[in-house]
Formats: sequence, structure tokens, C-alpha cells
Amino acid sequence: MSDTNPTPTPGRMRYLIPLFVFLIMAGFLLKGLFMDPRHIPSVLINKPAPEFNLPTLYNPEKLISKESMKGKVWLLNVWASWCGACRAEHQVLNTIADMGIVDIVGLDYKDEAVDGKRWLKQLGNPYKEVLVDKSGRTGIDFGVYGVPESFLIDGEGVIRHKFTGPLYYPDIKGTLVPLLDEIKKGAK
Amino acid sequence: MIPEIGHFALVLSMCLAIAQAIFPLIGTLNNTPSWAGLARPLAWGQAFFLTIAFAALTYAFQVDDFSVRYVASNSNTLLPNIYKISAVWGAHEGSLLLWAFFLGIWSAAIAVLSKSLTQEVVSRVLAVMGMINTGFIAFMLFTSNPFERLFQVPVEGRDLNPLLQDIGLALHPPTLYLGYVGFSVAFGFAIAALIGGRLDASWARWSRPWTTAAWVWLTLGITIGSWWAYYELGWGGWWFWDPVENASFMPWIAGTALMHSLAVTEKRGAFRSWTLMLAILAFSLCLLGTFLVRSGVLTSVHAFASDPARGIFILIFLLVVIGGSLALYAWRAPSIFSGGRFSLVSRESFLLGNNLLLTVFCFLVLFGTLAPLIYDALEWGKISVGFPWFNKMFLMVTPLLAVLIGFGPLMRWKRTDPVQLMKKLRVAMVISVIIGLIAFIPSISKGSLLVPLGMFLVAWIITSHITAIFDRLKHKQGISHLFADMAGKGRSYYGMMLAHMGVAMFILGAAMVSHHGVEKDLRMSPGETAEISAYRFRFDGVTPTPGPNYTANQGKFTIFLDDKQVAVLEPQKRTYLAQGRPMTEAAIDWGLTRDLYVSLGESLGDGDWSLRLYYKPFVRWIWLGGLAMALGGMICISDRRYRTKKQEKQPAQTDAANTLATENS
Repeated sequence: MSDTNPTPTPGRMRYLIPLFVFLIMAGFLLKGLFMDPRHIPSVLINKPAPEFNLPTLYNPEKLISKESMKGKVWLLNVWASWCGACRAEHQVLNTIADMGIVDIVGLDYKDEAVDGKRWLKQLGNPYKEVLVDKSGRTGIDFGVYGVPESFLIDGEGVIRHKFTGPLYYPDIKGTLVPLLDEIKKGAK
Repeated sequence: MIPEIGHFALVLSMCLAIAQAIFPLIGTLNNTPSWAGLARPLAWGQAFFLTIAFAALTYAFQVDDFSVRYVASNSNTLLPNIYKISAVWGAHEGSLLLWAFFLGIWSAAIAVLSKSLTQEVVSRVLAVMGMINTGFIAFMLFTSNPFERLFQVPVEGRDLNPLLQDIGLALHPPTLYLGYVGFSVAFGFAIAALIGGRLDASWARWSRPWTTAAWVWLTLGITIGSWWAYYELGWGGWWFWDPVENASFMPWIAGTALMHSLAVTEKRGAFRSWTLMLAILAFSLCLLGTFLVRSGVLTSVHAFASDPARGIFILIFLLVVIGGSLALYAWRAPSIFSGGRFSLVSRESFLLGNNLLLTVFCFLVLFGTLAPLIYDALEWGKISVGFPWFNKMFLMVTPLLAVLIGFGPLMRWKRTDPVQLMKKLRVAMVISVIIGLIAFIPSISKGSLLVPLGMFLVAWIITSHITAIFDRLKHKQGISHLFADMAGKGRSYYGMMLAHMGVAMFILGAAMVSHHGVEKDLRMSPGETAEISAYRFRFDGVTPTPGPNYTANQGKFTIFLDDKQVAVLEPQKRTYLAQGRPMTEAAIDWGLTRDLYVSLGESLGDGDWSLRLYYKPFVRWIWLGGLAMALGGMICISDRRYRTKKQEKQPAQTDAANTLATENS
């Protein structure tokens, strides 16, 4: 354009800000594509689970630590009553509990105890124990990206698999059962 | 055979879209009228072939053609016919086809309704829309073809997701998409203005009705979506701040800002580059929403199945469309004359305030939605942003906006005398403060500050708008003038009034249902009763009931108020045959002042059931508010100044002066 100033001045530069903001965002989105939360394994897989020592929902006096779970194969399910996807997932958890293939331990993440209890009353309680992580500290140690997430932990306290996002019915037969078989074989 | 015709029509429509993107634009740049004139016929052709493609897919669903993979995955012979239509857009591929089909229809609508515009503008707008649709159709053909065949034809289809077998799904995506796609028109006008360097107020006048139309559809789409979630998901909530909901809400916020900013640009010639920016932003957020839903970057209950190839394709598309338009903006916008002056207290300054608040809110929602991704990518740790955070942000911004709404209609362009303004609004303020104070009574406030605040804002919006109508008609006597004004020059003014009332209705509903709602989870045996908020619910047991493609356990509840029967509710727990998925079908007795809502949980044996009872006061006002906003927008579009034909002959300034004169008379 003949009527525009060919040399960029500070006044012109500010019109570039939206473009830069967008390009930065696009960079994150690109990276996001390759960190696809459901398919990229957690850095914690095949590493020992982080230490924790948390009160339980129905008995705050009772504390459960990583040590006390030793020797058991269990599924840690991170959920919260404010989480919409968790509701969709809950049916699946109930099914797994009914099948009795693995103990599920809930981690009520950044939630009020009242809300958490009401939730379980409404939807049924598939959990062997429910841990309360009000500050979100343990969730962060586990690298929780967004609720719900589930971790399959073996008798040695090692994380064997991470389900990011809700569990679906096909995950039971497709992933969970084969993994449990594998863990069982490994233990023998 | 029919699916192949659909596929072929889709390929042809892409060819036409490419031609539409290239020839009209070049024609306007090197002054070749014959090329520029191709825009309209090409838009017609594209709409024609997209209609054929869409019809072909619809047909495949109607005749249960399970050799088409998409039909096999999303339909079933037992699926009721109405859902065989809505299943067309029930999953990724088909919803893309709906997008492209609507874009074709909007393009054709511009070709028809743009008689008053110069050929140059029409050609460029249609060229931009051609570029966008090239991207969408190519995306479909290369990564997500809805017409793909299966070579081992299944005998039976997998059925549509039961959650989606509902009238809400039949309506929600089409209205939402009409909104998304509609913003491409405002975007096209903005890009055409930037390309041409003709950045006076005329593009604002042209794009105003189109922008309002897009906003109306988006408002309807979001409202229907919220209503659908409320009754279909079975837990009585109406908004969840899910990433995908945010993806539809962000363009709405930007679009609301755009509508208000366009008014200033049209009438006063001010905010020109800002308005262009908002037009680009609104449509960019529509595209971003598409990316978020379909790329699998964020986990969400709504997300379509993810596939990295699709993600890459959309990301490149975003880079070209959004990056390209922002680069064009950075190049052209500095030469824009900034427009009319105005003083600190004026309609311009208040609309600027509205714009800033909406934009800040839009970016907060964007940040909240992307924060988990950003934190993770930077390895700052993992976070999750939930419901409480978004609610906090919402409650920070909306009260300020609601206060501004009250002042808006009484403001004058250029300069308003603050003393005069306060004088006019004195009564409204006193009434609203009194109502707010009354709401502090514990039985109304329920111990929350938000109820008095909400009631104050509702009263403020209503009383200030009544004040504004009196002020407008102060030299006239009698109610007949009001009707004459509504039917005549003031139509868009009253449209705005109604839309603002919609905001008040929304606040009323949201404040009441959030703080007065009652929820009970119970175990009940047949014959037992439970009481919530003066209503007595009698559980009459559960009986098995067959459905077309599901079996159900249907509960029966008889509800009494003071021993008078008010309703019988029959919630269901369904199991859909094809996928074996259980579904809760809540039963609702609705009313303007309260909904009674029953949802069945699990059978506990011996005829006992776990269940949930809700009392939801004023919840309907949330959606009635949305409908009022949409209706207000429709009334604005019907204003006759958008239908006068010779507008483009007048210079923008005199036209602005004319409308200004009529507005303030």
C-alpha cells in the first residue's frame, strides 16, 4: 500500500500482537496433538507409584498409605463430584466392581467430603476405599492431567498402566483384563 | 449407488469451492468483471452439490444402508425414523458434512440477499467463504469421508449413542452449526474489507444483520444444548464448563462483543480496527472449537473419537485461516482511521466497557480451557481446571456487565451528561437497591450474597430499561405510541430491549436454581412417600416397559401439594439393545416457577430403588432468557433499515447521521 508507512513503527507493531498470540497458541496445540492424553503413556508407567498417606472419606481418622496397599493389585481411580466425565465413567467402575476382577480405590480429588459422599450415594460405590485428596497434592504427584484418570498398580507398588480420561466399557476387556492376566503371570 | 453419488457430489462441490475461492477474488483484484461475476453462480453450484451429498447420506440412513461405514456405526434397523434423520449429524463425519452443507447454504443466501452490495464486495466475501469451505470439504474427503463403504457389510448397525437419541440432539447441532457457520459471513466481510482496504463504516452496516443472525442461531444452539443436558443426562445440571461447552461459549461471547462493537462502527465510525479484530476472533474461536472437539487434544465427555491425522489437518487449516487473516490484519489495520471522538460518559465508552469485559471473559474461558494443555507442555506440572474456577470467573465478570447493561439504552452517542443520566436513573436505582436489600432476608438469600446481588441486577436491568422506554417516548402520550414505535422505526431498539430482558431472566433463573434448589437421594419402597419443599412424592413402584430399540424399567411417582395431586411422573431406566448401554431417562414436571424432577438410580431388590428427587425453582428462566435473547436478535434483523436497497449509494457518514437523528429523536 502506498499510503502506509513502509518502516514498522511501534504503532504498527501492536497490530502484530494478535498474530503472535495466535502462533504461540498454535504451538501449544501442535504439542498437544502429540501429548494426546489418552494415548501417550505417563512418565510414571513402570515406575514406583508416588508415596502418599491420606485419610479416607468415611473415616477421616483412618489413614491409608502406599505401604498399606503393598501385595495387592489395585486400580486407583481419580475422580471428583464436580467432574462431568466422571459421571459417565461411574457406570463402568460399577461394572468392574461387580465383576470383582480388581479392587478399585477412589481418590476424591479437590472435592468437598459432603459432595463426594452424596455422589457415591447417588451413583453407587464401586470403591474398596475412598481416599480424600482435598489439597490435590497426591493428584499432582501422580501427574493427574484432568479428572478422571485411573492407575493400575501392582503388588510391588509399581504403576503398570494409566487410563487418562474416562474408562469405557471396551477398556475392561481390551486393556484391563489382559493387563491383570499379565501381572498375575509375572507374579507367578 | 446413492452413496457414490453423494461422494461424487462432495468432490464436485470441493472443485466449485476451490474455483469460488480463486476466480472471484482475482477478478476483483485485476478488474476482470467476468471473473468477479462468477462468485454468485459458483456459490449456487456449491450449495446444490452439497445439498445432493447431504441428501444422499440422509437417504443411506433412511434405507439402513449398512454398507456405508458411517451408517453402520451410527444407526440400526430398530432406530426410530426421526433419529435416523438426526443420526446423520450424530458423529464426526456427518456433522462435518452438516457444517459444509450449511456453509454452502449461507453462501447461497448471500448470493441472493446481496443485491444492494457492490459486485466487488460480494465477490470477495464469497471468495473467503469458498476458501473456508474448501478446507472443510477437503478435511472430509481426505480424513473423514462419510460415504466410505464397508466390504463386509454388517447385517445390523451399531446404533446411535443412546444419549443422542433425543429431540434435543435433533435440534442442538444444527442450530449451533448455523451459528458457527454464520460467523464466517462476518469474517468474510471483514476480510473483504481488509483486502480492499476500504475500511470505512459501510462493511459494518452490511455485516450487521448477518452477524446478528449468526448470534441468534448460536444463542439458540447453546440454549437447546443446556436444556438437553439438563433433562437427558439425568443429574439436573444445566452447564458444566466442559471444554466442548466452552468451545461453543467462547464464540458466543466474542460474537456478543462483535454485535455491540459493530453498532459503534456503523453509527459513529469508531472502533474500526477493533471491530475487524472481533469479527476475526469470533470466527477463529468457532474454528478452534472444531479443533478442540475433533483432535483429541482435550478430554471431554463430548469429544469425538480422536485421530492425530485429523488434528494435524485442522491445525494446518487453522494456521492458514486464522494466521492468514491475522497477518492481513497486521498489515492493513494500521492504516485505518480511528474514527469519531467521544467523551468519557457516552454510549461509545460504555460499549467499549462492554467489549473489554466480554473480551477479558472470553480470554479467561479460553485460558481455563487450554491451561491444562499449556501447563503440561511447559512441564510446569499438571493441573486441572474445574467447575469452581470457571464459576468464580463468571461471577467476577457478569455482575459488572449487568450493571453496564442498565446504563446502555439511556446513553447517547458522543456525550451523555452524567448528571442528567443519574437523574433519569434515580428511581430505577432506588428500586433495585431496595429489592436487593429485601433479598437479604434469610429465607430468600439462603445465606448467600449471590442471591441479593442477582435480585438487584435483575431489578436493575428491568427498571432501567423501563426508564429508557419512558425517556424515549417522553414527548408522546399514550400506549398507542409505544406500539407504533415498535412497529415502525424503533423495531431494533425493542429487539435490544427484549434481548437485555433475556439477560435478566437468565440471572433470575440461575440465581434461584443455584441457591433454592433442593435435591434428595433416597432409597424408596413402593407406596412410600418423601417430601421436598412442600411437595410430597409417592413412589408407586417400577414396571418393565418395552421400547422400540430398548427395554425399560419405568417408575411411577404421584406428586401432591397440600393433598392435591399435581403430577404423575414416569422416569425410566433404559437398556439399549444394540450396545447394551444403560441410560437414565429423567421425568420432569415443568413449570414457570419450579420443575419437579425424578431420576431413577439402581434397583436395590424387593422392589426398592435408589432414586433422586429434585425441586428446581425458576430453572426454566435460564432457557427462557436464552430464547428471549434470540428472539430479540431476530426482531433486530427484521428492522427495515436492513432491507432498504439503495443504502450503498449513500456515504456512510450521512447515513450514520440519519440513523442517529432518528434514534435520538
